[in-house]
Amino acid sequence: MEQPPLIVEIKDLSKSYHRNSQTISVLQHISLEIEAGEFLALMGPSGSGKSTLLNLIAGIDRPDSGTVRVGGVDIALLSEAQLARWRAANVGFIFQFYNLIPVLTAFENIELPLLLTRLSRQERRKHVETALHLVNLFDRKDHYPGQLSGGEQQRVAIARAIITDPTIIVADEPTGDLDRISAEEVLTLMDRLNRQLGKTIIMVTHDPRAADKARLIRHLEKGLLQ
Amino acid sequence: MILQLKLLFKNAFRRKFRAFLTILSVTVALLAFGLLQTFIDAWYAGAEASSARRLVCRNSISLTFPLPLAYRDKIRQIEGVEAITYGSWFGGIYIEEKNFFANFAIEPHGYFRLYDYKIPAEQKERFLRDRRSAVAGRRLVERFGWRIGDIITLRGTIFPGNWEFVLAGIYSRGTVDLDESQFFFHWDYLNQALKKIMPHRADMVDFYIIGVSRADLTTEVAQAIDQTFKNSLAETLTETERSFQLSFVTMSEAIIKAIQLISLVVILIIMAVAANTMAMSVRERTGEWAVLKTLGFGPRKIIVLILAESLIIALAGCIIATALTFPMVSTFGRTLRNYLPIFRLKREIFYFYLAASFLVGVVAAIIPACRAARVPIAEALRRIA
Repeated sequence: MEQPPLIVEIKDLSKSYHRNSQTISVLQHISLEIEAGEFLALMGPSGSGKSTLLNLIAGIDRPDSGTVRVGGVDIALLSEAQLARWRAANVGFIFQFYNLIPVLTAFENIELPLLLTRLSRQERRKHVETALHLVNLFDRKDHYPGQLSGGEQQRVAIARAIITDPTIIVADEPTGDLDRISAEEVLTLMDRLNRQLGKTIIMVTHDPRAADKARLIRHLEKGLLQ
Repeated sequence: MILQLKLLFKNAFRRKFRAFLTILSVTVALLAFGLLQTFIDAWYAGAEASSARRLVCRNSISLTFPLPLAYRDKIRQIEGVEAITYGSWFGGIYIEEKNFFANFAIEPHGYFRLYDYKIPAEQKERFLRDRRSAVAGRRLVERFGWRIGDIITLRGTIFPGNWEFVLAGIYSRGTVDLDESQFFFHWDYLNQALKKIMPHRADMVDFYIIGVSRADLTTEVAQAIDQTFKNSLAETLTETERSFQLSFVTMSEAIIKAIQLISLVVILIIMAVAANTMAMSVRERTGEWAVLKTLGFGPRKIIVLILAESLIIALAGCIIATALTFPMVSTFGRTLRNYLPIFRLKREIFYFYLAASFLVGVVAAIIPACRAARVPIAEALRRIA
């Protein structure tokens, strides 16, 4: 059987933060390869560097050394503006606290990333309606985030993450703020995105039930990949 | 586009009370500036309405010292002089002192030739025919409810006695912004009476107004007039009408400068208030900017979004200020009409409103916008987590 292509290639990646005069090493010489269509769960205790690794893969942070290639692009070499464009086209984000814009409806929140594309209003509408049907929230499309439950908000966030058909979806503790039933719904949805639509998902979690949905689990401990 | 606009407006008015107060402060600042500027313009209105081809000749000692009427013919002979008229400040009081308005005894033929007053032909003819008659400005007539044919009595302060005039005409301004609250009567009528009651003031005038054939001749003609009467008993000081008008205004120039400075300081204070509001508003939404950046909104787009939000607030203030300026200036104009007869809005005020609110909007938001654009996404997301 033919091997799926690599979508993420991380080589010798290190990252540290500076607090006052202290340097805190978060990731040390990490190397990781993720195949297209993979559903990877990054696990580890708090402070192990899993969110930092996710941020580096998603291009919202920059490494101190090493390379991060996503879809063949070394994203560390991109300028801020190039990186922003790259993220818009290639990465879908799911946050722990949903991070929806409170003054926009569910429909408008999902439409937001499409404003950066050349799609017409009509095309955008079609895309958003498809995404709303996919996350089963079409009847809540005109509701504001404050009028939705946590699980519904996270489903809106998932719809927003997939609306541009990105290369990878990164999720940082997507069930961390949800009750068990809502968490299950969200995880089922992510599983569908991976299995039925072939989306590559990289999920940070410390919830073993969430990790069970993933096809591959990697552990981070004190900045080192186990 | 619609979604961007909705996002901008929703964000701008997310904290309604704060947005309202900021808009109010911009509105008040612009209104204050507009009113002060209109006040200053009204102060300089006389000078603004003056012609470059008119000279004013008066006694070189002071305006309170008169000149002999005999100067008229000598002045008329000077090359470049096209027209001449003369007059005296009468300083009469109508019923009581609070009813103050400017009243002059004038030589009407020359005066109407030199100034663009609009008077219906039959009224003008009646005025020129009857030496006891007078003409009054439209606003003055409205103020006291006078009608053509009314007898108007002024109590003399410089020239004693009660002086009766028949209102023969009502003038309004022509093409230029002339004061419509003045009162003119025949200098001959005054002179005739003075010959009996104050013979030493008879055949004397307070000023001559001279029309020059070409504007570039004014300096030459003024020098020639003053040279003609040099070493006489009443030496003259001839200057352009504008300089003459400004000589009154410059007495209070320091106050005017202070008013101008205050109006600019008000704008600066509002800039600081608006900047503070924008800084707070941007800062409390650091997480949202980070989310937008995560979704692919580049630094430039973030700056544009914040600037546009700030401009919405500032321009809302501008629109409200523009709408309120008309009734406000009208009210102040009515209140001050006895002192500042030409209290009129200039179109430039609104250009300034637009420019100032644009500046306030940009200056208030530029630093918070740049900060929001620069803030590292990972750090901002950690802050809201």
